[in-house]
Amino acid sequence: MTNLPTTTAKKLGLVIDLDTCVGCHACVISCKGWNTENYGVPLSDQDPFGENPTGTFLNRVHSYEIQPPDLGLGAAPAQLVHFPKSCLHCEDAPCVTVCPTGASYKRVEDGIVLVNEQDCIGCGLCAWACPYGAREMDAEAKVMKKCTLCVDRIYNENLPERDREPACVRTCPSNARHFGDFADPDSNVSILTAERSGMDLMPEMGTKPVNKYLPPRVKDRDHNQEIDILSPLLAPVATETAGFLGWLDKALDAMPSPSKSDSPKDSYKGGSN
Amino acid sequence: MHPAPSVILFSTLSGLGFGLLAFLGIGLPAPTGWVAFVFFTIAYLLAVGGLISSTFHLGHPERALKAFTQWRSSWLSREAICAVSALIIMAIYGVGLVFFSTCWSFLGVIGAVFSISTVFTTAMIYTQMKTIPRWHNVTTPAMFLSICIAGGALLAGQVSFAIPLLILAGIAQIAHWVLGDTALAKSGTTLATATGLGTGGQVRAFEPPHTGTNYLLKEFVYVIGRKHALKLRVIAIVLMVGLPLLLLLMGHSHILAGLAVISHLIGVFAARWLFFAQAEHVVGLYYGKL
Repeated sequence: MTNLPTTTAKKLGLVIDLDTCVGCHACVISCKGWNTENYGVPLSDQDPFGENPTGTFLNRVHSYEIQPPDLGLGAAPAQLVHFPKSCLHCEDAPCVTVCPTGASYKRVEDGIVLVNEQDCIGCGLCAWACPYGAREMDAEAKVMKKCTLCVDRIYNENLPERDREPACVRTCPSNARHFGDFADPDSNVSILTAERSGMDLMPEMGTKPVNKYLPPRVKDRDHNQEIDILSPLLAPVATETAGFLGWLDKALDAMPSPSKSDSPKDSYKGGSN
Repeated sequence: MHPAPSVILFSTLSGLGFGLLAFLGIGLPAPTGWVAFVFFTIAYLLAVGGLISSTFHLGHPERALKAFTQWRSSWLSREAICAVSALIIMAIYGVGLVFFSTCWSFLGVIGAVFSISTVFTTAMIYTQMKTIPRWHNVTTPAMFLSICIAGGALLAGQVSFAIPLLILAGIAQIAHWVLGDTALAKSGTTLATATGLGTGGQVRAFEPPHTGTNYLLKEFVYVIGRKHALKLRVIAIVLMVGLPLLLLLMGHSHILAGLAVISHLIGVFAARWLFFAQAEHVVGLYYGKL
């Protein structure tokens, strides 16, 4: 049945730290790799070496620019935020209820949203219903693909224990991705969410996403134009160079300087611009 | 939204077909013999033709029978059940009229209810989409139903019904456009809520995940057709409502009625193309395009 479970025993999901993500796309590649070789049909590519390559991805990294408001101190520098996006395994997943065949479902035991590819008719309605663009129809297999939270890794006893987490989390070199159970208030993800004000994407859609995003910290401002009223009272910074560097400075000053006609311009054979 | 020809063809043709079936079901008209045969053939060609074309956009049409199972939650599943029920019931009702010259009016009324329900469930597939604010309001089912009934009246030769129903359909269509144009802004969903980054300042999409296109952009971020939207709206409403009204008022003849139906159908095609091409899916926000 494509009705949603009223509660799930666990709420497995991800915390994505927008403060530490460096936008390296390693999670995109490891996701594509693992999910091509394992659960369900491969994530196909079309025209992969041609002029217009496209393909199915379950995780994509966007980049956004935040322009902080001008607080009368001059324009603050813009901030670049790398933004990985995959299925949020919503508690109130609209993609599940629209499915006409029951291929889409949310697991009662851990809340993972999955597609049974044998039942999928490829109507695409679940992708219409998802506000996050988490579902993509595979152009080769004509069935809907989505993040499985690496359901074939996290319970896989053939893997060493440290590998029993989603491929994207395992590979992230900047520790921007964390996997855990949100139903447990003492889990790593619950604590991170509480301490770093983890947020929902498009909360107004009412999807109640399980995955949380940690907002990036506000960057320091350029304080050039902000003059501290106490600064005249501060101990003056040394203006005279002393010691060896002082001697070197004076020695170099005393040497004859090159005349203007002798400018080093000619020694450059720079580019045309 | 990508205006898939199969889906536009489906909603236009089967909408008209089920509209005609609904009028036949309530006995307006209640022909017998050959006349009934012609009426039912037209209705079934439209309704079934539309349904068949809709399966062309499925990745795996061979599994389509599974779509009858999830009626508890899925409007698409409900649509499948209503459509097949309507077609079966109206076929039995039609057999009575064509071969036995008897009108099993009870069956006809049930068939009519299922016919209208089919169009309503189609409309609800679109209306339920919170992700597409332009569709997520009451004017969507109002527009689909009023056009279906008006087209049915036109095709069934019920001129006295067709004139007010066409006007009603025109009003519903215009209401859908007017309300739809501000729906996205009113929904409150922006790049700031989509990324959660709005508290830090003005958010701008800086770099997409890939330089090429993808399924999401092709399916949901269709912006090509919007340039001529206003002209197309005028053409759609003139052909769908204006010209058929004029032709109906000019007098009663099969040629005039036929022209009115053709004009109406082309108008609905244009309106349905716009229905998809103008629909903004919020996922476009993540790509800085809408």
